Amino acid sequence: MALEPVPCTIKNPVALQVGDMKTELGRPGVLVIDVSFPHSQTTDLQAISFKNYYTAFLTLRVQRRSSADDGNGSPSKWITCLRNYCLMPNPHTEEGSQNYFSISRHQMLCDVDRVAAMRFILRQPSPVWLHFTIEELQLFSLCQKSPQKGFPAWLSHPSPQEQPASLHDGLPDADRVSSELQQMWVLTEMLQASQPVARIGRFDMDDSYDLNLLSYT
Amino acid sequence: MLAAPDGGLSLTIAQIVERLKGSGLHAQLERQARLSLHNPEIKLQSLKEDIKEFLKTSGWEKKLQNAVYREISMVDSDIASSWTVKSRFIKSRFPLPCPPSVPPEHMKESLAYMRKAQGNWEKRILKSLNSMCTELGIPLSQKRSPNEQKELLNKWNEMGTDEPDLSHFRPVYAPKDFLEVLMNLRNPNYDTSEQSNFRNHLGLIQVPLNVKDIPELKEYFSELDLNIGQMDIDDSAHVPPELFENEHVRIGQKVLMEQDSAAAQQYVRQGCPNSLRAELWALILNISSQPEDILYYEQLKSNVIQHDLLVDSLIYKDVKLTASNDDYYFVFEDYLYQVLLCFSRDTSVLEHFVYNSATPPKSYIRGKLGMEQYAVFYPPNGVIPFHGFSMYVAPLCFLYNEPSKLYQIFREIYVRYFFRLHSISSHSSGIVSLCLLFESLLQTHLPQLFYHLREIGAQPLRISFKWMVRAFSGYLATDQLLLLWDRILGYNSLEILAVLAAAVFAFRAGNLMEVTSLAAAEAVLADLSTLKVMPLLQIFLFATGS
Repeated sequence: MALEPVPCTIKNPVALQVGDMKTELGRPGVLVIDVSFPHSQTTDLQAISFKNYYTAFLTLRVQRRSSADDGNGSPSKWITCLRNYCLMPNPHTEEGSQNYFSISRHQMLCDVDRVAAMRFILRQPSPVWLHFTIEELQLFSLCQKSPQKGFPAWLSHPSPQEQPASLHDGLPDADRVSSELQQMWVLTEMLQASQPVARIGRFDMDDSYDLNLLSYT
Repeated sequence: MLAAPDGGLSLTIAQIVERLKGSGLHAQLERQARLSLHNPEIKLQSLKEDIKEFLKTSGWEKKLQNAVYREISMVDSDIASSWTVKSRFIKSRFPLPCPPSVPPEHMKESLAYMRKAQGNWEKRILKSLNSMCTELGIPLSQKRSPNEQKELLNKWNEMGTDEPDLSHFRPVYAPKDFLEVLMNLRNPNYDTSEQSNFRNHLGLIQVPLNVKDIPELKEYFSELDLNIGQMDIDDSAHVPPELFENEHVRIGQKVLMEQDSAAAQQYVRQGCPNSLRAELWALILNISSQPEDILYYEQLKSNVIQHDLLVDSLIYKDVKLTASNDDYYFVFEDYLYQVLLCFSRDTSVLEHFVYNSATPPKSYIRGKLGMEQYAVFYPPNGVIPFHGFSMYVAPLCFLYNEPSKLYQIFREIYVRYFFRLHSISSHSSGIVSLCLLFESLLQTHLPQLFYHLREIGAQPLRISFKWMVRAFSGYLATDQLLLLWDRILGYNSLEILAVLAAAVFAFRAGNLMEVTSLAAAEAVLADLSTLKVMPLLQIFLFATGS
């Protein structure tokens, strides 16, 4: 069961700040990023992944649509599915500050099916960092009825009148060829996979290792 | 941080299986299993179980265990905590439970500004090397003429007698140049505005890495505690030291009998008896001199004979400047040339750049500039030696007199530990963390001394940096140095170097409080050859106040 990225709209982070943004000396310690799905779709979330940039704790809230109200009912309640998930063990030091993270559904506090909207709440209690956020945010769901999986019918089954009949005469059975090809493909894959990692250890090219200067690029 | 339910264990296993599949061990196991079919005890009905049993009793299982242990200790460091490492190896073969590809540079070093600093530093080295080529009018590499090849082959075992004129060559860099770079390292996201000046570090290193404090170090190095026996320490006046030593030697022999890397690693935390050290280290590093390893070394040697590299002169110069002048190591001069020249030709060293923040320099075959298919690494192993590099090899010459074995041990220690001492990274064994650990230990342990030295312009790190970059080689007496390196292998970490550096300052604190200049402070700490490593470490970690 492969995962596929879910198309979504990620809004710009909004900082929560006491007092006036411009005059206040202290920097905000909380940032909120809203994520919505196009055409008011819902998603059965499997995992999220992102690259951290100096966020210490992550809280994730989702809005789930119950099966009772399909779309047009009253907006459902927000529930917390991740509470202060630690990204930086010590907020004052670098550890974890620029790591990649991947959090899957069984690490979350509640069920994350039929998610209609998400809200990422980022916290950084340490004042030593100028900025914090998360980058390269991606949401993943299982690809079950992914459109890429099967070709549209008109591609795989040409309509009878378009079929160039003459071509098929004297040709081997297409199913058999394809199954044989598949076997060969598997064999080459296996061969490739079992290539020894041990290197031969040559460093010259065409029996030459005459070099003048180092390259800067 | 891992997406998989078992905390990434299955990914790690898949990765290790992948790595071992291509190794010689895999082929050997297969051959043994096939040979065992002739064995009457192997029955067809229970073939799988019988072969398993055979591999267990014939000692092959242990070898597999040690190989797996080696792989684990290579990844089981800081980077393993993010799933970067695991995903890289299996990306191509399994549909990933965790999404996208983590860029390979993130695996080398997770902090972007550190990668950038390392890149700039490398550029400086390249420029310096290139300008040396241009000034002296010599190429980076050329083939030796048949006559030259014959000549070199003849004097392979006495290369030290050669006295080429190397006065024009200068080391590409020395530790103090590197320290300047580390001092200027800054996190662009770190607040350095006026109001927050109190946050600035008092030492030379200004990056906010996480380093262990004394309680954490006490726990980490718990086997070094005062009530645990150590080699080379007479615990009390009325217990004869032989009591512990004899017992320790006996256990050591047992560990060797078992051929178990993990047990050996635990064992050396209390120090190796001199008689067992060579074998124990080889066991920990999983080095066994097989015929093919000797063959490999011979191949490297023939590569040295064929090609004349500019870095050879740098190696020559370095050995002459350091090891040849050292009371302990000058006798090994010829060994050092052999090992270091072969090292420079060894392309298997390139593999460590997957987890090293450094990148091997690149060049193009003459006349093919800019054509990617003619791009090669220079030197072939990708490592440009700096002033003092040969001191990483010198102490090992006391342990191994077979050049190919000496070579293998050195290469393994280098790609596991020593490369971290001259690459800019955030790793806990990286030189930046070691510097910061040293400075923070001194500040918390001996604030008055730190303040005093800082006031007179003798920042402690300026003195201790060269010790750490060379892993104390050439500064301590050899027996003491080997006891120190026992702990590097035992704890799979270089942090002990920073602790010892701080302990040396603590030991000389009285004298240092009296000095009034950097030169005077350096004079106080000029000679470390009389120091005893273990008592210093124990007193510093376990017997001082806090």
